[in-house]
Amino acid sequence: MSTKLPERTTAGAPAQTHHMPGRESADRKQVTQGRWASVLLVPTLVLLAVVIIYPVVNAIIMSFQKDAGLNPATGFFEQGGPAGFENYMHWLFQQCNGQSCPPGTLGSQFWNAMGTTFFFTVVTVALETVLGFWMAIIMTRSFRGRSAVRAAVLVPWAIPTAVTAKLWFFIFAFDGIANKLFGTQILWTGSEWPAKWAVVISDVWKTTPFMALLILAGLQLIPDEVYEAAKVDGASAWQRFTQITLPLVKPALMVAILFRTLDALRMFDLPYIMTQGANNTTTLSILVVDQIREGFNSAAALSTITFIVIFLVAFIFVRFLGANAVGAATSSGRK
Amino acid sequence: MAATATLPRAATVPDRRKTFDWSQLRTYVSAAVILVWCLVPAYWMIVTAFRDTAFTFDSTFWPTHVTWDNFATVFDESLGNHFGRNLLNSLIVAGATTIVALVVGVFAAYALARLNFRFKFAVMGFILGASMFPGVALVTPLFQLFTNIGWMGSYQAMIIPDISFTLPLTVYTLTSFFREMPWELEESARIDGCTQGQAFRKIILPLAAPATFTTAILAFIGAWNEFLIASQLSSDATRPVTVAIAYFAGAQPHQEPYTAVMAAGTIVTIPLVILVLVFQRKIVAGLTAGAVK
Repeated sequence: MSTKLPERTTAGAPAQTHHMPGRESADRKQVTQGRWASVLLVPTLVLLAVVIIYPVVNAIIMSFQKDAGLNPATGFFEQGGPAGFENYMHWLFQQCNGQSCPPGTLGSQFWNAMGTTFFFTVVTVALETVLGFWMAIIMTRSFRGRSAVRAAVLVPWAIPTAVTAKLWFFIFAFDGIANKLFGTQILWTGSEWPAKWAVVISDVWKTTPFMALLILAGLQLIPDEVYEAAKVDGASAWQRFTQITLPLVKPALMVAILFRTLDALRMFDLPYIMTQGANNTTTLSILVVDQIREGFNSAAALSTITFIVIFLVAFIFVRFLGANAVGAATSSGRK
Repeated sequence: MAATATLPRAATVPDRRKTFDWSQLRTYVSAAVILVWCLVPAYWMIVTAFRDTAFTFDSTFWPTHVTWDNFATVFDESLGNHFGRNLLNSLIVAGATTIVALVVGVFAAYALARLNFRFKFAVMGFILGASMFPGVALVTPLFQLFTNIGWMGSYQAMIIPDISFTLPLTVYTLTSFFREMPWELEESARIDGCTQGQAFRKIILPLAAPATFTTAILAFIGAWNEFLIASQLSSDATRPVTVAIAYFAGAQPHQEPYTAVMAAGTIVTIPLVILVLVFQRKIVAGLTAGAVK
């Protein structure tokens, strides 16, 4: 192996070896670094393969199997067996045993759950971006008590989501403080839109700080001189925001939005604890969990669909909207 | 040149001091709004935790009808609550997950931060992608697998899937910390006569310790707060606090034990909040590491 290596490096860059005597040792350094890197990376990659790739491959195989159960057409108990795309058809076209799934069954809820998931994602991420940006801008200013504000935003972030759900469930109780403050008598978790907004408000409370901190970190990279120069040139505050702040903070902002979007698409804890998915607050993740006890293979198909949806959204973000999370993580030092 | 540049500014500064600064007032009002929005709901949880059950819906802002009863209810085994057990379970699961993620992840982070190799971009992409992976896509196959091999409700049934999100987070955060470290110092120490072991012990370890500790806190919080996987794969004996709080039992059947749940929430939250506030700067650096640079 070691005798082969110099050959390969000289073949790769034959012209340079003549002019740069140090080149060969640099290449050798690169090769030893590469070997070292693979040794160091193997434990992580193997462990991730075991905890992620193995279950996912398993889920995909399961999703093409029939769930054992009573066949309503024949009345006999049937063992599984290959199902082809039947499980996927079941969810995507809401087909139960060749006919449309009756209302109330899990099969009939797929597109509702998809709609709810995207509603939560779009609304919460939009609100969190706007509020987070505003919070971040306040936190860049210098004023007395700034460190207190920066500490305070970490409090909602640190509270477990399960506790957040219970806390807001209490705030939104019929006799709770929300109804008293606003003089309303809304059964917040009892009907569709109040329930949805209760979930949205809780999620915004819990995760806006994360957004604000990511945007704040982006804002802090913009040098003050740029603003000073714009002021000298007579740019208004709005112009400075749209012409300087937005374009310069965009990379950090896009990464923050990407992270939050992918997180919101798998939303589970808040609606599951606050409403148990009632009143059309069932997200895709809740539907999968509800399905697990009714049939693994069908649940595996649904979780695969959920995974593909999230993957597609991530792809669109990275490919078309320029959210370069990997680039941000691998580039060395500041650019 | 320098004198002419600073002249106009020097002239304007005293001028601005005289008039009342409206933008400064706006900043303070906004800051107050942020403080209230972030802290009051958490404060409300604590106030309710100390309120007598009969006055659950009392809307006085300050503590009234103060009692420790709710905390007694939380640990009352006769009601079917095993909160001490749940706390221990959370500690075991989150602790074990954090240790595994750190011990394994620290090597990968070193490689990604310090070494040049092909496929670096692909490896980082894979690790980042893994951290964004939806938990439900793991729960279904693992539910079946763990049922088949009799691991259902065991600690490892939660620790293994928890690694799927703590390990990528650990690698990602540590990589960006390591990249910022002054590694030249190691070489300087060697030149000054340190052995490689001494250089590592005296220079690298003290530098890397805070970063590693911060990453451990972030990983621990992530695993401590986990709910989806634990709600499906834990049993009565191994149930962690997040799941216990969601299914809490109060003294009155068929009545949501709000005050006791708020007490439980307070117990779970206070240590985390103290931890986060003490290491505030480091944690913010860890949270935003990699996302911006």
